[in-house]
Amino acid sequence: MKTVRIGCGAGYSGDRIEPAVELADRGALDYLVFECLAERTLALAQRERARDGQRGYDPLLAARLTAVLPHCLSQGVTLITNMGAANPVAAAALAARLAGELGFHGVRIAAVTGDDVFDAVAGGDATLIDSGARVDTLGTGLVAANAYLGAEPLLEALRGFARIVITGRVADPSLFLAPLVHEFNWRLDDWPTLGAGTVVGHLLECAGQVTGGYFADPGRKDVADLARLGFPLAEVTEDGSAVITKVEGSGGAVTVATCTEQLLYEIHDPSAYLTPDVTADFSRVRLTADGPDRVAVTGAGGRPRPATLKVSVGFRDGFIGEGQIGYRGSGATARARLALAIVQERLALSGVRCLELRGDLIGTEPGDVRLRVAGRTATLLDAERIGNEVETLYTNGPAGGGGALKAAREVLAMDAVLLSRDRVVPAVSFVES
Amino acid sequence: MTRLSTLAHGRAGDKGRLVNISVIAYDARDYARLAREVTIERVRAQLGAAIAGDVRRYELPHLGALNFVMARPAGDSVTRSLALDAHGKSLSSLLLDLELPE
Repeated sequence: MKTVRIGCGAGYSGDRIEPAVELADRGALDYLVFECLAERTLALAQRERARDGQRGYDPLLAARLTAVLPHCLSQGVTLITNMGAANPVAAAALAARLAGELGFHGVRIAAVTGDDVFDAVAGGDATLIDSGARVDTLGTGLVAANAYLGAEPLLEALRGFARIVITGRVADPSLFLAPLVHEFNWRLDDWPTLGAGTVVGHLLECAGQVTGGYFADPGRKDVADLARLGFPLAEVTEDGSAVITKVEGSGGAVTVATCTEQLLYEIHDPSAYLTPDVTADFSRVRLTADGPDRVAVTGAGGRPRPATLKVSVGFRDGFIGEGQIGYRGSGATARARLALAIVQERLALSGVRCLELRGDLIGTEPGDVRLRVAGRTATLLDAERIGNEVETLYTNGPAGGGGALKAAREVLAMDAVLLSRDRVVPAVSFVES
Repeated sequence: MTRLSTLAHGRAGDKGRLVNISVIAYDARDYARLAREVTIERVRAQLGAAIAGDVRRYELPHLGALNFVMARPAGDSVTRSLALDAHGKSLSSLLLDLELPE
């Protein structure tokens, strides 16, 4: 019986690189997928591309490819990733250059584009799902609008013999579903099987979160060797059932408990998990132990895919300023409270307009008690004043204040709209190393 | 009183303003008790001001699990929250401190 082995080499853009190398070298993989594109990560990348048309892809792209390509390309592992972020074409060109420099020539690399629907969304009357406001009320604050593509354009890349597939916004599980559809020739209206492949993708997409990361709770849920946490791989069979496991000897654990937590992670109605490919049904999934660090996944279902595509929308939403200062010893709490009162009065006296302000005391005396003040403002100048007013407590505030920190940043907020499928036109282009 | 964390583990996830928290029995035989006692009302009271509005509960007996879905207060989401844990990832630990009647 044919089995496809898919690993996950990253669960977010800043993730560890060594576990991906371990998977590429020792996972006997067919595919290695890197999921690196959170909602806001892409909006930040769009802002970077607006400054420099050659950038806008994942900042760790070169480091990751340099580390894993020698293993992937010499062992026949196809690499799939959304590290293209706001600029998959530039990322593919970089990948071609890096592969060539590593001595691999004639490697086909696909860039999947078409997720950028800024022009279709900007100024329109679509309703933002979280806020309920219309998109056109964002005006010039709109920074990014990217549709979640499904597995289909990735299939075109794989059928075109791409060994590296680089995308922008694609639904996370679709990055994993695409190679399964490609290998098993699943029909794109075989909803239960697409649902099963989507469950596999969902379990893998956060990498270490299914192998014992985001899980340990000393004394209640102990996990061995988290500093050497292994990333997951799935052995998938033609009917879509799978075993989740990891490279032997790596840290962490794959148990029914770790898989159950990840199965329900970011899930709302378990019977209707919406992706561009399918309405997947997780509600009757069964997880069973299948030996050490092996969990079998069966029972997923599926119904027809949603009529619309979700579009992630990024927009400028004011600024956040923050300051911290710490006190110690008996009376530290009272000094931190006095510090907070002084900052609040200073901000009012000096006309800093805070749309929202909060103060937290962290720690208990006689140990460190830190005051943290954070506020939302309309201007960067006002945001900077919050941290400054905390910092000036060094010489103007309660006794013994130390370790002041301050920061101010623009808020890039995220929301989403739904868009008709005919407004989204994916495209695939190829380059060779 | 029995603390929920002695019977169950769980994980919080965020999507926009929505948060979900799973509650998973360590021992499948405790699922019936979780289903009976970890009610929507108790969850709302335990999470207090961290959430707003309705709480939905999904039952997954074959996994020994419940899944709670709720919204954060208006204006509070991972990208614009002023909270130290902007994601709300620690909400699962807060929920697992729930005390259940004997």
